[in-house]
Amino acid sequence: MIKTAPTEYRFTAPRNLGAVFGRIRTSGPFLWILPAGLCVLFVFGYSVFDLVQQSFKYQGDWVGFENFSLVLTDPLFRTAITHNFLLLFTVPILAVMSFSCAVLLFETRKGMKFYRSAVFLPYILPIPVIGVVFGQLLQLNGALNSALRAMGFESLALDWLGDPSQALWTMSGIIIWKEVGFGTILILARLISIPLETMEAARIDGAGFFRLHLKVTLPQLRAVILFYIINESIVMVSWVFNYVYVMTNGQGGPGNATVVSELYIYRSAFQNNAPELAATAALLLLLATLVFIIGFFRIQRNMSKGVFDD
Amino acid sequence: MTKKHTPIERAGITSRQLILILITAMALVPGYLMVTGSLKTQEEFLNSPWSLPMNPNFQGYAAAWNDQFPTWFKNTLFVTLSAVLITIALAATAAWGFANWKWRGRDTFLGVLISLMVVPPVVLLIPLFTLGAQLGWISTFRMLILVYIGLMLPFSIYLLTNFFRAIPVSLIEAAKIDGASDFRAFRSVVLPLSGPPLITLTIVNLLWVWNELLLALVFLQSDEKKSLMVGITGFQSRYSLSIPTIMAGMTIATLPLVIIYIFGQRHFIAGLTAGSTKGE
Repeated sequence: MIKTAPTEYRFTAPRNLGAVFGRIRTSGPFLWILPAGLCVLFVFGYSVFDLVQQSFKYQGDWVGFENFSLVLTDPLFRTAITHNFLLLFTVPILAVMSFSCAVLLFETRKGMKFYRSAVFLPYILPIPVIGVVFGQLLQLNGALNSALRAMGFESLALDWLGDPSQALWTMSGIIIWKEVGFGTILILARLISIPLETMEAARIDGAGFFRLHLKVTLPQLRAVILFYIINESIVMVSWVFNYVYVMTNGQGGPGNATVVSELYIYRSAFQNNAPELAATAALLLLLATLVFIIGFFRIQRNMSKGVFDD
Repeated sequence: MTKKHTPIERAGITSRQLILILITAMALVPGYLMVTGSLKTQEEFLNSPWSLPMNPNFQGYAAAWNDQFPTWFKNTLFVTLSAVLITIALAATAAWGFANWKWRGRDTFLGVLISLMVVPPVVLLIPLFTLGAQLGWISTFRMLILVYIGLMLPFSIYLLTNFFRAIPVSLIEAAKIDGASDFRAFRSVVLPLSGPPLITLTIVNLLWVWNELLLALVFLQSDEKKSLMVGITGFQSRYSLSIPTIMAGMTIATLPLVIIYIFGQRHFIAGLTAGSTKGE
């Protein structure tokens, strides 16, 4: 680590206003940070402040926790958060798949770059495009089902998007398809930076492919996999709007089978004209995300502590 | 390396290769359907979705492009370029403020900034929309650009601060001894060294803005201001009778990304992994 000693900057009590501006113009960090700081403060600070206010009001009047009880007893909101919760089940699947993909890529010499580019491609594609293409692919008489029927798997040709009991799992599948590339690249990048000696030593000791990677590689990737897990958990709770909106024409259908909390917020605000309920739900969502963020920081701190204990 | 493989090892290598080919195929299938579908006729697509287009025709492209596509394309291009360029400029100066001076509360400040990276945009949507409506800024680019900048800044500042901090202090000291101001040192020493992270940041941000849907949907409502992503989302219902047109539209919307991806893959990967490393 290259350590740079930054110039010490001390803010001393100014004698007059001119001195303040003079100092800021010539040597302070504040002017450098100010434009970006104002922008961040406006987009995040103002919004969260206003959000809290809106969620305690109805048409300008203070109503205490009434909005909260309305939202929390709304069956649609409960359905929505249940769906977000179910989507969390994709996270362990994503972690396992990304780890396996990364190891496979790591062990492959021939054509590794091509495979890597291909696996990562879904992650950069726009979700509207993915939604539309999968929408066509998964029609009842679409490409996937016609291929399944041609191969004799008639019973596997499901109504992927039209069947309410199926739609959320189809959605999960599409999310996995897109997000697995991110994890693979992330884990692979760390995998490449691991010193080769430990792996070689284990190999010489006769560890086979599976033992080597489960016992030697996996523990060294703990940090990056945890990062990925937290990251994807946040995605499942609060960044899946695009998938649902595009695949169901903004309705969360069939029925309410794919309504998620973000869509609930969007629909409350822009379709049902109930911005106060939208604000309340958004505040609840922010609090839920905060739990993950705090968990993330604690895990990271504990892990670095563990490093020094050893 | 010339190592001899036992039969079991060789079987392992082959099966791994097969699994990779399968995974690759799955990753590429939707793209294949999209591109081949755009070159077929409706009938051809419905009858044999998997085949190659026997008589490729570009009617789908003509139909898609004749719609409001060029307008949407221009809108997205304008919003993306302005938002990304302003973000980079603001993030670079702010990161210099964080890296060059040591001040009380700096690390707390950076910590808060990092945690802002994961705040979901939907949380900010309602208040910003209310404000935008009061200002009469709905369906203007400036509102959307401002929001995008705010959302991109935390990650951008974080990435650049980490990079600036790693620049050997002796270089900057040398410039200062030669009488350079903080601004001069920034412009003539720091920026010229920062090519790679600036490119990385540009690419990561470009892709994000280009693909963003939710905010564009809410803030750009009038037809002639729509962004590309909002436009193609409505494309599906409008052209439900002509799948090749839909697929052609999707291909056009994806093409710039794929080009950026092919040329900037290395930088893009660098940007993604930067988020996962602790600030060292």
